[in-house]
Amino acid sequence: MYQLKKWFEIPIGSIVSEAGSSMMNNTGSWRMLRPVLNTEKCTNCLICWIFCPDDSIPVNREQRFETDFQYCKGCGICAVECPYDALEMVPEMEIKLKELE
Amino acid sequence: MSTKVIALTGNQAAAEAMRQINFDVAAVYPISPQTELMGFFAEYVANGEVDTDMVAVEGEHSAMAACIGAAAAGARVITASAGPGIAYMVENLYIASGMRLPIVLIDVNRALSAPLSIHCDHGDSMLTRDSGWISLFSENAQEAYHNLIMSVKIAEKAMFPVIVNYDGYIVSHSIENVEIFDDETVREFVGPSGIHRIPYPLLDVSKPVTYGATAQPDYYTECKYQQHVDFLKVYDIVREVFNEFESISGKRYDFIEEYMTEDAEYIGISMGSSFGTLKDAVNTLRAQGRKVGAIKIRLYRPFPVKELAQALSKAKGIAVLDRADSFDGIGGPLFKDVCTAILHNQNRSLVHNFIYGLGGREIHEEEFIKAFDRVERLEKGVETRDNLVEYLQVRA
Repeated sequence: MYQLKKWFEIPIGSIVSEAGSSMMNNTGSWRMLRPVLNTEKCTNCLICWIFCPDDSIPVNREQRFETDFQYCKGCGICAVECPYDALEMVPEMEIKLKELE
Repeated sequence: MSTKVIALTGNQAAAEAMRQINFDVAAVYPISPQTELMGFFAEYVANGEVDTDMVAVEGEHSAMAACIGAAAAGARVITASAGPGIAYMVENLYIASGMRLPIVLIDVNRALSAPLSIHCDHGDSMLTRDSGWISLFSENAQEAYHNLIMSVKIAEKAMFPVIVNYDGYIVSHSIENVEIFDDETVREFVGPSGIHRIPYPLLDVSKPVTYGATAQPDYYTECKYQQHVDFLKVYDIVREVFNEFESISGKRYDFIEEYMTEDAEYIGISMGSSFGTLKDAVNTLRAQGRKVGAIKIRLYRPFPVKELAQALSKAKGIAVLDRADSFDGIGGPLFKDVCTAILHNQNRSLVHNFIYGLGGREIHEEEFIKAFDRVERLEKGVETRDNLVEYLQVRA
Protein backbone atom coordinates (compact mmCIF):
# COMPACT_ATOMS: atom_id res chain seq x y z
CA MET A 1 0.00 0.00 0.00
CA TYR A 2 1.18 3.49 -0.89
CA GLN A 3 2.34 5.27 2.28
CA LEU A 4 1.75 9.04 2.65
CA LYS A 5 4.98 10.89 3.33
CA LYS A 6 5.52 12.89 6.52
CA TRP A 7 6.31 16.61 6.23
CA PHE A 8 10.07 16.11 6.62
CA GLU A 9 10.16 13.27 4.07
CA ILE A 10 8.90 15.43 1.18
CA PRO A 11 11.74 16.60 -1.11
CA ILE A 12 12.47 20.34 -0.84
CA GLY A 13 10.28 22.47 -3.08
CA SER A 14 7.53 19.80 -3.16
CA ILE A 15 9.18 18.29 -6.22
CA VAL A 16 8.42 14.73 -7.29
CA SER A 17 11.73 12.92 -7.36
CA GLU A 18 10.65 9.55 -8.72
CA ALA A 19 9.45 9.00 -12.28
CA GLY A 20 6.06 7.41 -12.92
CA SER A 21 4.72 8.27 -9.48
CA SER A 22 1.26 9.06 -10.87
CA MET A 23 0.85 5.27 -11.17
CA MET A 24 0.47 5.32 -7.40
CA ASN A 25 -2.50 7.68 -7.53
CA ASN A 26 -5.98 6.70 -8.57
CA THR A 27 -6.32 9.66 -10.91
CA GLY A 28 -9.53 8.29 -12.41
CA SER A 29 -11.42 8.94 -9.18
CA TRP A 30 -12.89 12.25 -10.35
CA ARG A 31 -14.35 10.88 -13.61
CA MET A 32 -17.95 12.05 -14.23
CA LEU A 33 -18.49 10.35 -17.61
CA ARG A 34 -17.31 6.87 -18.54
CA PRO A 35 -16.45 5.85 -22.13
CA VAL A 36 -18.47 2.65 -22.66
CA LEU A 37 -17.08 0.54 -25.52
CA ASN A 38 -19.34 -1.15 -28.02
CA THR A 39 -17.14 -4.08 -29.11
CA GLU A 40 -19.39 -4.82 -32.09
CA LYS A 41 -18.77 -1.37 -33.60
CA CYS A 42 -15.08 -1.23 -32.65
CA THR A 43 -12.76 -2.09 -35.57
CA ASN A 44 -9.58 -1.92 -33.46
CA CYS A 45 -8.26 0.94 -35.59
CA LEU A 46 -6.52 2.24 -32.43
CA ILE A 47 -7.30 5.89 -33.17
CA CYS A 48 -8.64 6.22 -29.60
CA TRP A 49 -5.27 4.99 -28.30
CA ILE A 50 -3.45 7.65 -30.35
CA PHE A 51 -5.64 10.44 -28.97
CA CYS A 52 -5.96 9.37 -25.31
CA PRO A 53 -3.99 12.06 -23.38
CA ASP A 54 -3.58 9.80 -20.37
CA ASP A 55 -2.38 6.51 -21.85
CA SER A 56 -5.50 4.87 -20.39
CA ILE A 57 -6.25 2.64 -23.38
CA PRO A 58 -4.32 -0.65 -23.29
CA VAL A 59 -3.59 -2.11 -26.73
CA ASN A 60 -1.43 -4.62 -28.55
CA ARG A 61 -0.66 -4.66 -32.28
CA GLU A 62 -4.11 -5.97 -33.22
CA GLN A 63 -6.50 -5.09 -30.49
CA ARG A 64 -7.87 -2.44 -28.19
CA PHE A 65 -8.72 -3.67 -24.68
CA GLU A 66 -11.09 -2.21 -22.10
CA THR A 67 -10.17 1.31 -20.89
CA ASP A 68 -8.13 1.45 -17.68
CA PHE A 69 -10.60 3.15 -15.33
CA GLN A 70 -7.99 3.54 -12.59
CA TYR A 71 -6.60 6.45 -14.64
CA CYS A 72 -9.27 7.42 -17.23
CA LYS A 73 -10.60 10.88 -16.26
CA GLY A 74 -13.56 10.73 -18.64
CA CYS A 75 -12.45 13.58 -20.90
CA GLY A 76 -14.35 12.05 -23.81
CA ILE A 77 -11.71 12.68 -26.49
CA CYS A 78 -11.77 8.98 -27.47
CA ALA A 79 -15.54 9.12 -28.04
CA VAL A 80 -15.24 12.27 -30.18
CA GLU A 81 -12.37 10.87 -32.27
CA CYS A 82 -13.77 7.35 -32.81
CA PRO A 83 -14.73 7.17 -36.54
CA TYR A 84 -17.09 4.22 -35.86
CA ASP A 85 -19.15 5.63 -32.97
CA ALA A 86 -17.98 2.73 -30.84
CA LEU A 87 -17.66 4.77 -27.63
CA GLU A 88 -20.51 6.34 -25.70
CA MET A 89 -19.97 8.68 -22.74
CA VAL A 90 -22.28 7.50 -19.95
CA PRO A 91 -22.62 9.35 -16.60
CA GLU A 92 -20.75 7.44 -13.87
CA MET A 93 -23.74 7.88 -11.58
CA GLU A 94 -26.00 5.95 -13.95
CA ILE A 95 -23.51 3.09 -14.06
CA LYS A 96 -23.07 3.11 -10.27
CA LEU A 97 -26.86 3.10 -9.73
CA LYS A 98 -27.26 0.21 -12.16
CA GLU A 99 -24.55 -1.71 -10.32
CA LEU A 100 -26.48 -1.23 -7.06
CA GLU A 101 -29.73 -2.67 -8.49
CA MET B 1 41.07 42.83 -1.40
CA SER B 2 40.84 46.44 -2.52
CA THR B 3 37.95 48.87 -2.52
CA LYS B 4 37.32 52.19 -4.18
CA VAL B 5 34.86 54.93 -3.36
CA ILE B 6 32.96 56.29 -6.33
CA ALA B 7 29.91 58.48 -6.80
CA LEU B 8 26.99 56.33 -7.90
CA THR B 9 23.21 56.38 -7.89
CA GLY B 10 21.42 53.49 -6.18
CA ASN B 11 20.59 52.01 -9.57
CA GLN B 12 24.22 52.30 -10.70
CA ALA B 13 25.43 50.66 -7.48
CA ALA B 14 22.95 47.80 -7.92
CA ALA B 15 23.94 47.37 -11.58
CA GLU B 16 27.58 47.27 -10.50
CA ALA B 17 26.79 44.49 -7.99
CA MET B 18 24.92 42.60 -10.72
CA ARG B 19 27.94 42.92 -13.04
CA GLN B 20 30.31 41.68 -10.35
CA ILE B 21 28.08 38.76 -9.34
CA ASN B 22 27.78 37.89 -13.06
CA PHE B 23 24.35 36.21 -12.92
CA ASP B 24 23.63 33.47 -15.46
CA VAL B 25 20.19 34.85 -16.37
CA ALA B 26 18.38 38.17 -15.94
CA ALA B 27 14.74 38.21 -17.13
CA VAL B 28 13.26 41.69 -16.95
CA TYR B 29 10.58 44.09 -18.07
CA PRO B 30 11.18 47.83 -17.69
CA ILE B 31 9.23 49.98 -15.23
CA SER B 32 10.12 53.23 -13.46
CA PRO B 33 12.18 53.64 -11.33
CA GLN B 34 13.80 50.27 -12.16
CA THR B 35 14.18 50.94 -15.91
CA GLU B 36 17.45 52.80 -15.48
CA LEU B 37 18.95 49.96 -13.43
CA MET B 38 18.35 47.42 -16.16
CA GLY B 39 19.49 49.99 -18.74
CA PHE B 40 22.87 50.17 -17.02
CA PHE B 41 23.01 46.40 -16.79
CA ALA B 42 21.99 45.95 -20.45
CA GLU B 43 25.09 47.97 -21.37
CA TYR B 44 27.27 45.49 -19.50
CA VAL B 45 25.55 42.65 -21.37
CA ALA B 46 25.93 44.41 -24.74
CA ASN B 47 29.60 45.15 -24.06
CA GLY B 48 30.29 41.53 -23.17
CA GLU B 49 31.36 42.46 -19.62
CA VAL B 50 29.11 39.73 -18.17
CA ASP B 51 28.08 36.23 -19.23
CA THR B 52 24.43 36.91 -18.36
CA ASP B 53 21.66 35.86 -20.72
CA MET B 54 19.32 38.83 -20.60
CA VAL B 55 15.77 37.79 -21.45
CA ALA B 56 13.50 40.66 -22.52
CA VAL B 57 10.04 39.38 -21.60
CA GLU B 58 6.57 40.80 -22.26
CA GLY B 59 5.68 41.58 -18.64
CA GLU B 60 6.65 41.04 -15.02
CA HIS B 61 4.56 37.88 -14.63
CA SER B 62 6.65 36.38 -17.45
CA ALA B 63 9.85 37.82 -16.01
CA MET B 64 9.35 35.83 -12.82
CA ALA B 65 8.21 32.78 -14.81
CA ALA B 66 11.44 32.88 -16.82
CA CYS B 67 13.42 33.25 -13.59
CA ILE B 68 11.62 30.24 -12.11
CA GLY B 69 12.41 28.10 -15.14
CA ALA B 70 16.05 29.17 -15.26
CA ALA B 71 16.52 28.79 -11.49
CA ALA B 72 14.96 25.31 -11.53
CA ALA B 73 17.41 24.40 -14.29
CA GLY B 74 20.19 25.46 -11.92
CA ALA B 75 21.06 28.96 -13.15
CA ARG B 76 21.85 31.89 -10.85
CA VAL B 77 19.10 34.37 -11.75
CA ILE B 78 17.91 37.88 -11.03
CA THR B 79 15.06 40.16 -11.97
CA ALA B 80 14.05 43.64 -10.91
CA SER B 81 10.81 45.57 -10.84
CA ALA B 82 8.81 48.24 -9.03
CA GLY B 83 5.27 49.15 -7.93
CA PRO B 84 2.67 47.83 -10.39
CA GLY B 85 5.29 45.49 -11.89
CA ILE B 86 5.66 43.78 -8.52
CA ALA B 87 1.87 43.53 -8.31
CA TYR B 88 1.78 41.83 -11.70
CA MET B 89 4.52 39.42 -10.58
CA VAL B 90 2.88 38.31 -7.33
CA GLU B 91 1.33 35.01 -8.47
CA ASN B 92 4.73 33.73 -9.53
CA LEU B 93 6.46 34.95 -6.36
CA TYR B 94 4.54 32.30 -4.41
CA ILE B 95 5.55 29.67 -6.95
CA ALA B 96 9.23 30.63 -6.68
CA SER B 97 9.24 30.34 -2.88
CA GLY B 98 7.09 27.18 -2.86
CA MET B 99 9.53 25.54 -5.28
CA ARG B 100 12.39 26.78 -3.07
CA LEU B 101 14.28 28.49 -5.88
CA PRO B 102 17.12 30.88 -4.92
CA ILE B 103 16.08 33.80 -7.15
CA VAL B 104 17.05 37.41 -6.42
CA LEU B 105 14.53 40.21 -7.04
CA ILE B 106 15.35 43.90 -6.76
CA ASP B 107 12.30 45.96 -5.79
CA VAL B 108 12.94 49.65 -6.45
CA ASN B 109 10.09 50.67 -4.19
CA ARG B 110 7.26 52.56 -5.90
CA ALA B 111 3.68 53.41 -4.95
CA LEU B 112 0.74 51.47 -6.37
CA SER B 113 -2.00 53.00 -8.53
CA ALA B 114 -4.61 54.62 -8.36
CA PRO B 115 -3.87 57.48 -8.51
CA LEU B 116 -0.84 56.68 -10.59
CA SER B 117 2.48 57.54 -8.99
CA ILE B 118 5.96 56.54 -10.01
CA HIS B 119 7.40 57.75 -6.71
CA CYS B 120 8.40 55.92 -3.57
CA ASP B 121 6.45 54.15 -0.92
CA HIS B 122 6.56 50.57 0.35
CA GLY B 123 3.09 49.48 -0.83
CA ASP B 124 4.61 47.31 -3.57
CA SER B 125 6.89 45.48 -1.18
CA MET B 126 3.97 44.85 1.18
CA LEU B 127 2.37 42.77 -1.60
CA THR B 128 5.32 40.41 -1.21
CA ARG B 129 5.38 40.20 2.58
CA ASP B 130 3.34 36.95 2.79
CA SER B 131 4.85 35.39 -0.34
CA GLY B 132 7.54 33.34 1.40
CA TRP B 133 10.41 35.49 0.11
CA ILE B 134 13.22 36.73 2.31
CA SER B 135 13.09 40.54 2.24
CA LEU B 136 15.88 43.02 2.95
CA PHE B 137 15.47 46.80 3.06
CA SER B 138 18.29 49.18 2.12
CA GLU B 139 18.71 52.67 3.54
CA ASN B 140 21.02 53.99 0.81
CA ALA B 141 22.98 53.03 -2.30
CA GLN B 142 25.76 51.49 -0.20
CA GLU B 143 23.33 49.17 1.57
CA ALA B 144 21.60 48.30 -1.70
CA TYR B 145 25.00 47.27 -3.09
CA HIS B 146 25.86 45.24 0.03
CA ASN B 147 22.41 43.65 0.37
CA LEU B 148 22.49 42.54 -3.25
CA ILE B 149 25.85 40.81 -2.85
CA MET B 150 24.68 39.10 0.35
CA SER B 151 21.30 38.15 -1.13
CA VAL B 152 22.84 35.63 -3.54
CA LYS B 153 24.48 33.77 -0.71
CA ILE B 154 21.45 33.98 1.57
CA ALA B 155 19.17 32.67 -1.19
CA GLU B 156 21.40 29.72 -2.03
CA LYS B 157 22.04 28.72 1.59
CA ALA B 158 18.38 29.00 2.56
CA MET B 159 16.96 27.79 -0.76
CA PHE B 160 14.48 30.65 -0.60
CA PRO B 161 14.24 33.59 -3.00
CA VAL B 162 15.29 37.04 -1.75
CA ILE B 163 13.95 40.53 -2.39
CA VAL B 164 16.32 43.48 -2.06
CA ASN B 165 14.34 46.69 -1.56
CA TYR B 166 15.56 50.23 -2.02
CA ASP B 167 13.51 53.40 -2.27
CA GLY B 168 12.56 54.58 -5.74
CA TYR B 169 14.18 57.90 -6.79
CA ILE B 170 15.30 58.74 -3.23
CA VAL B 171 17.91 55.97 -3.38
CA SER B 172 17.67 54.76 -6.98
CA HIS B 173 18.38 58.12 -8.65
CA SER B 174 20.38 60.05 -6.02
CA ILE B 175 24.15 60.15 -6.27
CA GLU B 176 26.11 59.14 -3.17
CA ASN B 177 29.59 57.97 -2.39
CA VAL B 178 29.60 54.17 -2.57
CA GLU B 179 32.46 51.91 -1.59
CA ILE B 180 32.84 49.25 -4.25
CA PHE B 181 34.79 45.98 -3.84
CA ASP B 182 37.06 44.67 -6.54
CA ASP B 183 35.42 42.03 -8.76
CA GLU B 184 37.54 39.22 -7.37
CA THR B 185 36.28 39.78 -3.79
CA VAL B 186 32.63 39.72 -4.83
CA ARG B 187 33.02 36.62 -6.99
CA GLU B 188 34.88 34.80 -4.27
CA PHE B 189 32.22 35.77 -1.72
CA VAL B 190 29.24 34.56 -3.77
CA GLY B 191 31.14 31.52 -5.06
CA PRO B 192 30.88 29.91 -8.50
CA SER B 193 27.55 29.20 -10.16
CA GLY B 194 26.70 25.68 -11.33
CA ILE B 195 23.66 23.46 -11.46
CA HIS B 196 24.69 21.36 -8.46
CA ARG B 197 24.35 24.32 -6.08
CA ILE B 198 20.68 23.32 -5.82
CA PRO B 199 19.33 19.91 -4.74
CA TYR B 200 17.18 19.04 -7.76
CA PRO B 201 18.41 20.84 -10.91
CA LEU B 202 16.11 20.23 -13.86
CA LEU B 203 19.08 19.98 -16.21
CA ASP B 204 20.49 17.03 -14.28
CA VAL B 205 19.06 14.55 -16.80
CA SER B 206 20.41 11.55 -14.92
CA LYS B 207 18.02 12.39 -12.04
CA PRO B 208 14.75 13.58 -13.61
CA VAL B 209 12.25 15.34 -11.32
CA THR B 210 8.87 17.05 -11.62
CA TYR B 211 8.56 20.67 -10.51
CA GLY B 212 5.15 22.21 -9.90
CA ALA B 213 3.06 19.06 -9.42
CA THR B 214 -0.39 19.15 -7.80
CA ALA B 215 -0.75 18.55 -4.08
CA GLN B 216 -4.18 17.36 -2.99
CA PRO B 217 -5.52 18.02 0.52
CA ASP B 218 -3.58 14.92 1.72
CA TYR B 219 -0.23 16.59 0.92
CA TYR B 220 -0.56 20.37 0.69
CA THR B 221 -0.36 21.02 4.45
CA GLU B 222 2.83 18.93 4.80
CA CYS B 223 4.47 20.80 1.89
CA LYS B 224 3.61 24.15 3.46
CA TYR B 225 4.66 23.06 6.95
CA GLN B 226 8.08 22.10 5.60
CA GLN B 227 8.31 25.57 4.02
CA HIS B 228 7.22 27.10 7.35
CA VAL B 229 9.86 25.21 9.35
CA ASP B 230 12.62 25.99 6.85
CA PHE B 231 11.66 29.66 6.76
CA LEU B 232 12.27 29.83 10.52
CA LYS B 233 15.83 28.62 9.82
CA VAL B 234 16.41 31.69 7.65
CA TYR B 235 17.26 33.82 10.72
CA ASP B 236 20.39 31.77 11.41
CA ILE B 237 21.35 31.67 7.74
CA VAL B 238 21.05 35.46 7.37
CA ARG B 239 23.11 35.95 10.53
CA GLU B 240 25.75 33.57 9.18
CA VAL B 241 25.97 35.47 5.87
CA PHE B 242 26.06 38.83 7.72
CA ASN B 243 29.03 37.47 9.71
CA GLU B 244 30.82 36.23 6.60
CA PHE B 245 30.19 39.59 4.98
CA GLU B 246 31.67 41.41 7.95
CA SER B 247 34.91 39.48 7.45
CA ILE B 248 35.32 40.87 3.90
CA SER B 249 33.84 44.33 4.39
CA GLY B 250 34.45 45.20 8.03
CA LYS B 251 30.82 46.29 8.03
CA ARG B 252 28.63 44.87 10.81
CA TYR B 253 25.01 44.24 9.81
CA ASP B 254 22.18 42.98 12.03
CA PHE B 255 18.49 42.24 11.45
CA ILE B 256 17.71 45.62 13.00
CA GLU B 257 19.84 48.71 13.48
CA GLU B 258 19.49 50.60 16.75
CA TYR B 259 20.30 54.27 17.21
CA MET B 260 20.47 55.72 20.74
CA THR B 261 18.03 53.13 22.08
CA GLU B 262 20.15 52.23 25.10
CA ASP B 263 18.28 54.56 27.51
CA ALA B 264 15.47 55.63 25.16
CA GLU B 265 11.96 55.96 26.55
CA TYR B 266 10.39 56.63 23.19
CA ILE B 267 11.49 54.80 20.06
CA GLY B 268 10.70 55.44 16.39
CA ILE B 269 10.84 52.53 13.89
CA SER B 270 11.19 52.85 10.12
CA MET B 271 12.57 51.07 7.06
CA GLY B 272 14.51 52.25 4.02
CA SER B 273 15.81 55.71 3.18
CA SER B 274 13.82 57.56 5.87
CA PHE B 275 16.07 56.23 8.64
CA GLY B 276 18.59 59.05 8.14
CA THR B 277 15.84 61.61 8.65
CA LEU B 278 14.63 59.69 11.70
CA LYS B 279 18.13 59.83 13.19
CA ASP B 280 18.19 63.59 12.53
CA ALA B 281 14.93 63.91 14.47
CA VAL B 282 16.44 61.87 17.31
CA ASN B 283 19.52 64.14 17.37
CA THR B 284 17.35 67.27 17.54
CA LEU B 285 15.22 65.87 20.38
CA ARG B 286 18.26 64.54 22.26
CA ALA B 287 19.75 68.07 22.11
CA GLN B 288 16.56 69.19 23.90
CA GLY B 289 17.17 66.55 26.56
CA ARG B 290 14.48 64.14 25.43
CA LYS B 291 15.24 60.42 25.72
CA VAL B 292 14.42 59.13 22.25
CA GLY B 293 15.91 56.52 19.95
CA ALA B 294 15.39 54.94 16.54
CA ILE B 295 15.29 51.45 15.06
CA LYS B 296 15.65 50.49 11.42
CA ILE B 297 14.34 47.18 10.14
CA ARG B 298 16.87 45.68 7.72
CA LEU B 299 15.55 42.10 7.58
CA TYR B 300 11.82 42.54 6.98
CA ARG B 301 10.99 38.90 6.14
CA PRO B 302 11.31 36.76 8.13
CA PHE B 303 10.44 39.49 10.62
CA PRO B 304 13.01 39.88 13.44
CA VAL B 305 10.37 39.26 16.12
CA LYS B 306 12.69 38.30 18.98
CA GLU B 307 15.38 40.92 18.31
CA LEU B 308 12.79 43.67 18.03
CA ALA B 309 10.94 42.54 21.16
CA GLN B 310 14.24 42.67 23.03
CA ALA B 311 15.11 46.13 21.67
CA LEU B 312 11.68 47.48 22.64
CA SER B 313 11.45 45.80 26.04
CA LYS B 314 12.15 49.00 27.99
CA ALA B 315 10.38 51.48 25.74
CA LYS B 316 7.50 53.50 27.19
CA GLY B 317 6.16 54.52 23.79
CA ILE B 318 6.81 53.39 20.23
CA ALA B 319 6.19 55.36 17.04
CA VAL B 320 5.86 52.94 14.14
CA LEU B 321 6.50 54.76 10.86
CA ASP B 322 4.79 53.04 7.94
CA ARG B 323 5.50 54.01 4.33
CA ALA B 324 2.35 52.11 3.23
CA ASP B 325 -1.25 51.81 4.35
CA SER B 326 -3.09 48.50 4.65
CA PHE B 327 -6.62 49.98 4.43
CA ASP B 328 -7.85 47.33 6.84
CA GLY B 329 -9.13 49.28 9.82
CA ILE B 330 -6.08 48.27 11.87
CA GLY B 331 -2.99 50.10 10.70
CA GLY B 332 0.02 50.00 8.42
CA PRO B 333 1.80 46.71 7.76
CA LEU B 334 4.89 47.51 9.85
CA PHE B 335 2.65 48.60 12.75
CA LYS B 336 1.02 45.17 12.86
CA ASP B 337 4.36 43.41 12.67
CA VAL B 338 5.72 45.48 15.55
CA CYS B 339 2.58 44.93 17.66
CA THR B 340 2.93 41.19 17.13
CA ALA B 341 6.61 41.26 18.06
CA ILE B 342 5.72 43.00 21.32
CA LEU B 343 3.60 39.97 22.30
CA HIS B 344 6.92 38.21 22.91
CA ASN B 345 7.53 40.54 25.84
CA GLN B 346 4.29 39.68 27.60
CA ASN B 347 4.42 37.23 30.44
CA ARG B 348 0.93 35.99 29.70
CA SER B 349 0.16 34.60 26.30
CA LEU B 350 -3.22 36.12 25.59
CA VAL B 351 -3.17 35.27 21.91
CA HIS B 352 -1.64 32.30 20.21
CA ASN B 353 -1.71 31.45 16.51
CA PHE B 354 -2.80 28.16 14.89
CA ILE B 355 -2.69 27.38 11.18
CA TYR B 356 -5.19 24.90 9.74
CA GLY B 357 -7.09 23.81 6.65
CA LEU B 358 -4.42 24.58 4.05
CA GLY B 359 -5.00 23.41 0.48
CA GLY B 360 -8.45 22.03 1.33
CA ARG B 361 -7.58 19.89 4.34
CA GLU B 362 -10.67 19.24 6.41
CA ILE B 363 -10.71 20.53 9.98
CA HIS B 364 -12.34 18.57 12.79
CA GLU B 365 -13.78 19.49 16.17
CA GLU B 366 -10.99 17.55 17.96
CA GLU B 367 -8.34 19.77 16.36
CA PHE B 368 -10.07 22.98 17.43
CA ILE B 369 -10.38 21.49 20.95
CA LYS B 370 -6.59 20.97 20.87
CA ALA B 371 -6.24 24.70 20.17
CA PHE B 372 -8.38 25.52 23.23
CA ASP B 373 -6.30 23.14 25.37
CA ARG B 374 -3.06 24.67 24.17
CA VAL B 375 -4.04 28.32 24.86
CA GLU B 376 -5.33 27.36 28.28
CA ARG B 377 -2.08 25.53 29.18
CA LEU B 378 -0.07 28.47 27.87
CA GLU B 379 -2.13 30.91 29.92
CA LYS B 380 -1.72 28.79 33.08
CA GLY B 381 2.02 28.50 32.49
CA VAL B 382 1.87 24.67 32.24
CA GLU B 383 3.36 24.91 28.74
CA THR B 384 5.65 27.43 27.09
CA ARG B 385 6.11 28.59 23.52
CA ASP B 386 9.07 29.37 21.28
CA ASN B 387 7.00 30.93 18.54
CA LEU B 388 3.68 32.69 18.34
CA VAL B 389 2.49 30.30 15.64
CA GLU B 390 2.05 26.56 15.21
CA TYR B 391 0.23 24.16 12.89
CA LEU B 392 -2.84 22.23 14.05
CA GLN B 393 -2.63 19.47 11.46
CA VAL B 394 0.63 17.98 10.26
CA ARG B 395 1.59 14.40 9.49
CA ALA B 396 4.72 13.91 11.60
